[in-house]
Amino acid sequence: MKSVEDWYRHDRMPHIFCTGCGNGTVINCTLEAVMQMGWDIDNTIFISGIGCSSRSPGYITTDSLHTTHGRALAFATGVKLAKPEFDVVVFTGDGDLSAIGGNHFIHACRRNINMTVICMNNMIYGMTGGQGSPCTPAGAISTTTPYGATEPVFDLARLAEASGANYSARWTAYHVKELTKAIKVGMEIPGFSFIEAMTQCPTSYGRRNKLRTTTSMLEYMRDNAVLLNKAKRMEAEGRELSPGRFTVGEFVKRFRPALGVVKDEE
Amino acid sequence: MQGNIACAEGALAAGCSFFGGYPITPSTEVAEHMARILPKKGGTFIQMEDELASISSIIGASWAGARSMTATSGPGFSLMMENIGYAVMTETPIVIVNIQRGGPSTGQPTMGAQGDMMQCRFGSHGDYSTIALVPSTVQEMFDLTAKAFNLADRFRCPVFLMSDEIIGHMREKVTIPEEVDIIRRRPLKEGKLPFEPEDDMIPGFPEFGKGYRVHVTGLTHDERGYPEATNCELHSELVTRLVNKIESKRHEIADYDIINPQAEIVFITYGPPGRAVRQLMHDYSDLEIGHLNLRIVWPFPEKVLKEFPNASKFIVPELNMGQMAREIQRHTSIEVESLPKIGGEMHTPDELFRAMGGDS
Ligand SMILES: Cc1ncc(C[n+]2csc(CCOP(=O)(O)OP(=O)(O)O)c2C)c(N)n1
Ligand code: SF4
Ligand SMILES: [Mg+2]
Repeated sequence: MKSVEDWYRHDRMPHIFCTGCGNGTVINCTLEAVMQMGWDIDNTIFISGIGCSSRSPGYITTDSLHTTHGRALAFATGVKLAKPEFDVVVFTGDGDLSAIGGNHFIHACRRNINMTVICMNNMIYGMTGGQGSPCTPAGAISTTTPYGATEPVFDLARLAEASGANYSARWTAYHVKELTKAIKVGMEIPGFSFIEAMTQCPTSYGRRNKLRTTTSMLEYMRDNAVLLNKAKRMEAEGRELSPGRFTVGEFVKRFRPALGVVKDEE
Repeated sequence: MQGNIACAEGALAAGCSFFGGYPITPSTEVAEHMARILPKKGGTFIQMEDELASISSIIGASWAGARSMTATSGPGFSLMMENIGYAVMTETPIVIVNIQRGGPSTGQPTMGAQGDMMQCRFGSHGDYSTIALVPSTVQEMFDLTAKAFNLADRFRCPVFLMSDEIIGHMREKVTIPEEVDIIRRRPLKEGKLPFEPEDDMIPGFPEFGKGYRVHVTGLTHDERGYPEATNCELHSELVTRLVNKIESKRHEIADYDIINPQAEIVFITYGPPGRAVRQLMHDYSDLEIGHLNLRIVWPFPEKVLKEFPNASKFIVPELNMGQMAREIQRHTSIEVESLPKIGGEMHTPDELFRAMGGDS
């Protein structure tokens, strides 16, 4: 395999993503990492739930399972345990993973099952037209939070860490190099690897939140991302992250015993 | 041997290598037995976090090539409904065991019932057809579970073993054959598209990891497996085929016993009530009593009703409020008398005798 292009399912183009959507960037980063890993197209399985983000496997030319809303990790658990030699990657969205699929998320982390999970967190339900998700920041407008979101958000990367995943990192579609690297590290580490990729959704999120253009959304991610080390320093100084800002970096990297690891990988 | 153990043994004999489940009375012994045996046989047992996850995991395992199953009861069965439709739409062979208990809701966890017969046929949204087997003895628990895997692989659909607490917890003698017939799913033929049906309306199976590079989706899809959710004609063709691949074979796969076809009064049963009819026939051996006992209830083989040329009345004892009686009535002009019983106890032979117009 020479190029990322070889992994795309060209007869499925054009894709359904809106102009300026961040999902394509995350798919590219993922396939770049897969290439660096030297994985075999016929041994790699992409699995997803339901949502814009979950449409990603359909554009990749491996065996793939586009499942039901929230259940991707449970399907993936079956695929992986029935055939641990498969390299399994899951694409999911913030709603898919943390709302309807929240229980499967914490249990897949707890089992520390050997797969790589990439969550495209666009802070919104994109596919259904922009309803609030568990990751919609305080004050943000969505069709179901017309006066501004009031509930606290889930910190997905921390949730993965606390639930037992061997690897957890968060980057954004702006931080292409860091994101690609994190995905690759996640793929290398046996056990459950979680990579949260903050992505822009100009259509369902940006439009209602004064971030109408793709550039303004990318700038938003650049300007609001705080490196973990810096956040720790701030915490030590008793300073809090202002609302809407989020940490990026590697939250955990460890080698606890994991499920679904083929012996010679250990 | 206990019914639930016979079920697990039937699955193992059929080569089931993946079980994903969640504990629920009165089905738990199936999972517990699989948890003991499967790892020793190189298979996988996993206790998932809920029944949504159980059924998801067995569908995933099936695409990875495993014969896979789950076992549950009412509340868990209700949770599985969405992904039953997913298995139908993606043509995934799986076996779902429902050891029925009294519902609705948590109802009667330790009491037998047959209240989910319509749910297994119609419970997921949209139009579809399925296959449901019902044992009335512990031996049939073994035999029909094994058979369920062959049907799932052949028709590429979810197959239900619709048993109940009574048979699940009953102990009877079981003869385990040296080996059971195993007819595995037909692989996708070279040159065929991943969801291109063969003459029998069923596509070959493009197992993951074999180089087919198949995309599987629950969205309406073409023969390549690619979503095309707004194509009216395609949707109509696809769903019609999914129904007809099963319905057109309903008489071929029908599985039943007929006793005294010349009788005027005929009992139609599936599961435990068949036992009461057998006892009645034993107690009143001088009476001519007809009996049709179905082992496959869905798809319903309506032609079998014609096997009773003198029938003046079909009596249908069921452990529900008359679910299959309604189905039977719509296929015949002969009077159908529903004999419902809920609460957890079986019909007594005397109750059946009275339904015949007898005075006991
Ligand atoms: C059981 C179920 N409930 C609701 C839906 C409708 N639905 C489709 S996508 C979606 C939200 C997706 O949001 P997210 O996971 O964040 O993905 P995104 O589209 O933002 O990438 C919902 C609620 C569904 N398909 N299934
Ligand atoms: S709605 Fe948002 S997430 Fe969905 S394709 Fe459009 S930009 Fe991307
Ligand atoms: Mg989203």
